[in-house]
Amino acid sequence: MAESRWVRIGLRIATGGVLVFLYLPLVILVIYAFNPSRLQAWPPTGFTFDWFAEAAANPAIRRALGNSLLAGIGATSVALVLGTAAALAVQRFAFFGRHTVSFLFVLPIALPGVVTGIALRTTFQTAGISFGLGTIIVGHATFCVVIAYNNVIARLRRLPRTPEEASADLGADTWTTFRRVTLPGMGTALLSGGLLAFALSFDEIIVTNFTAGPGTQTIPMWIFAAIQRPTELPVVNVVAFVLILVSTVPVYLAQRISNGAGGSRI
Amino acid sequence: MGDREGNKSMRHLRIPVVIVTLGLLVAACGTTAGPSASGITEIGEGEGELNLVIWAGYAERGDIDPAFDWVTPFEEETGCEVNTTDMTDSNNGVSLMQSGEYDGISASGDATSRLIASGLVAPINTDVFENYGNVFDGLKDLPHNTVDGVNYGVPHGRGPNLLAWNTEEVTDAPTSWDIIWEQGADYAGDISIYDSSIFIADAALHLMNSQPDLGITNPYQLTQEQFDAAVALLEELNTNNPLYWGTFSDQVSSYGAGDVVVGTTWQFQVNLLQGEEAPIEATLPDEGSTGWSDTWMMAAEAAHPNCMLMWMDHMMSSEANGQATVWFGEAPTSQEACDYAETLSPGHCELTHATDEAYYDRIWYWSTPQEDCADDDDGTTCVTQDDWVQAWTTLRGA
Amino acid sequence: MIVAYFGSLAILLLSAFWEKDAFTGRVEPFVWSLDAFDDLITNTVYRTIALRTIAIAVLVTLTDALLAFPIAYYMARVASPRMRGVLTVAILMPLWAAYLVKVYAWRTILQGNGFIEWMLEPFGASAPGLGQILNSWLVLSYLWLPYMILPIYAGLERIPGSLLEASSDLGARSGTTFRRVVVPLVFPSLVAGSIFTFSLTLGDYITPDLVSDAKFIGNVIYDNSSLGNVPLAAAYSLLPIVIMIGYLLVARRLGAFESL
Repeated sequence: MAESRWVRIGLRIATGGVLVFLYLPLVILVIYAFNPSRLQAWPPTGFTFDWFAEAAANPAIRRALGNSLLAGIGATSVALVLGTAAALAVQRFAFFGRHTVSFLFVLPIALPGVVTGIALRTTFQTAGISFGLGTIIVGHATFCVVIAYNNVIARLRRLPRTPEEASADLGADTWTTFRRVTLPGMGTALLSGGLLAFALSFDEIIVTNFTAGPGTQTIPMWIFAAIQRPTELPVVNVVAFVLILVSTVPVYLAQRISNGAGGSRI
Repeated sequence: MGDREGNKSMRHLRIPVVIVTLGLLVAACGTTAGPSASGITEIGEGEGELNLVIWAGYAERGDIDPAFDWVTPFEEETGCEVNTTDMTDSNNGVSLMQSGEYDGISASGDATSRLIASGLVAPINTDVFENYGNVFDGLKDLPHNTVDGVNYGVPHGRGPNLLAWNTEEVTDAPTSWDIIWEQGADYAGDISIYDSSIFIADAALHLMNSQPDLGITNPYQLTQEQFDAAVALLEELNTNNPLYWGTFSDQVSSYGAGDVVVGTTWQFQVNLLQGEEAPIEATLPDEGSTGWSDTWMMAAEAAHPNCMLMWMDHMMSSEANGQATVWFGEAPTSQEACDYAETLSPGHCELTHATDEAYYDRIWYWSTPQEDCADDDDGTTCVTQDDWVQAWTTLRGA
Repeated sequence: MIVAYFGSLAILLLSAFWEKDAFTGRVEPFVWSLDAFDDLITNTVYRTIALRTIAIAVLVTLTDALLAFPIAYYMARVASPRMRGVLTVAILMPLWAAYLVKVYAWRTILQGNGFIEWMLEPFGASAPGLGQILNSWLVLSYLWLPYMILPIYAGLERIPGSLLEASSDLGARSGTTFRRVVVPLVFPSLVAGSIFTFSLTLGDYITPDLVSDAKFIGNVIYDNSSLGNVPLAAAYSLLPIVIMIGYLLVARRLGAFESL
């Protein structure tokens, strides 16, 4: 079906409109990062780099950044291992209740974070587990594992079984086949799943709020606390701006990977 | 809890305290909890960490104004690294203490009695503190933090809930809460109200004056009929679309942006807004107000009891108390702190009426609604804390 | 992990029946009581809040579907491959910008001295300011839009061009092809996207709190949890659980899981 000229123009305008909508708040935020006034009033009153210096000198931001990285890496690692194992089990071995398992695997991401959060909090508290980075990692892993699972299982569906069978025929044991044949085949799926899982963990606030202890602050928690302090807002804008800049790297990476392999999955 | 009801509520609390004490004994035998604070005769080595539940602004590091930093000196002196979590209201504070993750809290009077009765906070031997001797006598052994002569904390500061207005929009300086309750329709959409169940007491306080036949004698202890009248008043207020503030910054930004022009506030927000040159004034209305008197309390199972005790002592020192009370705009707890506060903000002690007990007689300190009305009269029952929270949820959710 | 997760959900379910002391607010684990459910049923405000949240979640989902379709269609069928790559990145980028910061940016845009007021001022109009329920609709639609665009784009891309040509060869006009071929084929993807827009709206409490004064299901759960009333929070959170499980079962039937 060849779209008519008017349809094309209409689509172009709609696309432009949606992009403006998507970027308007981000642009305004970036502008405020250079605004000398602590009050976030429009229009801005001038231009300054002061807030960047202030953000760089803030030890709480550095600590929160460290915690967020650790939580993201921890949750992603757990998710990749468990998600891959589960995907292999579901895809390669037919067993009773397979469909139920794949249904259950969607739940952690489809149920609202506030439910996951309060469920985990009540459980940790009842079990007497003290809150900290460990509980945050467990909390994040619940939804990260779904991302890993979805990416891996999508890849497994497309991967032909023949190389594995060939490997087995040539005398490789199951582990060697997995390591030398299956795993390389899943490589980019693991990478794009891992990136997305890390991104979700890095930005998560709701489950984090419920599972963090008093001494552990992640970047979103710091932002949440800072937006409650009117005087720290300009620094929040700077942090947000820097995070957006830094995030272009993984977005670009993910895009490169998925170009060759049909898109990463949420 | 105000002085007026003090002795009565002390008697009321006696039975729960016996239970609490028993509970503590059982806990001490059953678990390897830290040493009971009441037996401590001097403060030991710090544990290197301290986790506090605070009112925003009660533990400053000079982030906003470098002149106000009483956390860093404490950390340097004691080696206790301070982590804080802001509570949104007293109910949230109690809940945070229930998590067992915190060493202490700056509790208002509507949290203290609940914390004591549920055994969440430890008795304190005030002899261990260097600075307790200086505290104004009027702030010692108050009923909201002392039961049967046993202290459960040390004072931090006190102050009233004020009426604030934008001088450009409200040109005649108001002197009464009537501007919210009676003339609210004139300011529809522009009224700023504290988002917590304890605000029901402010409605009750207004009814004490406007409808004396309801017979309200204490805005926190209301019979069902009185309570319903207060809730009806709040529902009427709701028709004027007030903007509710949960955190001080909500309110600062909405006053700053001109989204609201009149409402209830703390001196703290007024200071911040005036610091940004916003046209905001505040006053204690003629009919008095609700208010708070805050206590530092230590968790019964604090993981870092020595750091907590050192913090309590620190918060009674002239420098820390002077800075903290100027920063928040509340009354210092000792003459020494007052003198120090004057160096930071001349006239602070007079402004906050630090030594003026008559001024604080006009203020009803936040206190917990109790089923037996916190009095000796067995005949009447009052609406409980839970029902206050339920009513507030209903009011805010509708 | 799955065991831990579902174990926690089970504990949550149990905790809805725990007893809570009316004065101290202390929750007694494993002491049973139906108080929480009693409160939920007798107080109509919980019904109001549930209906309001569901209504906004439906509105947000519809809005996102309407906004997402043209851009996804443009990407899949009109744009050059290079443009397609650029647009994919352009849509992924806002997803990586911190959620809280985006909500906050909207707050500054909507408030009385913000961007909207500045735009409207020359026309003598004034921004409605914060505290409007529609703010939640606007900001939530904004936040979850990429979650809708990406699956629809993927779905449209999977439709072979030959199928559309066949349709037009057989005499269907483009409108008919669109209605009879494209929409049915892409519908599962749309449902897949709607799982996110619907569920994320259903559980959010931070956005409604920051940009409007209206309470959502998430606020009731979070507020009660932070006020120490875990049983009530747990009982109320059964509602989004049931809704989402129902939603997922329908979605699976519509084939959305293959498009996730």
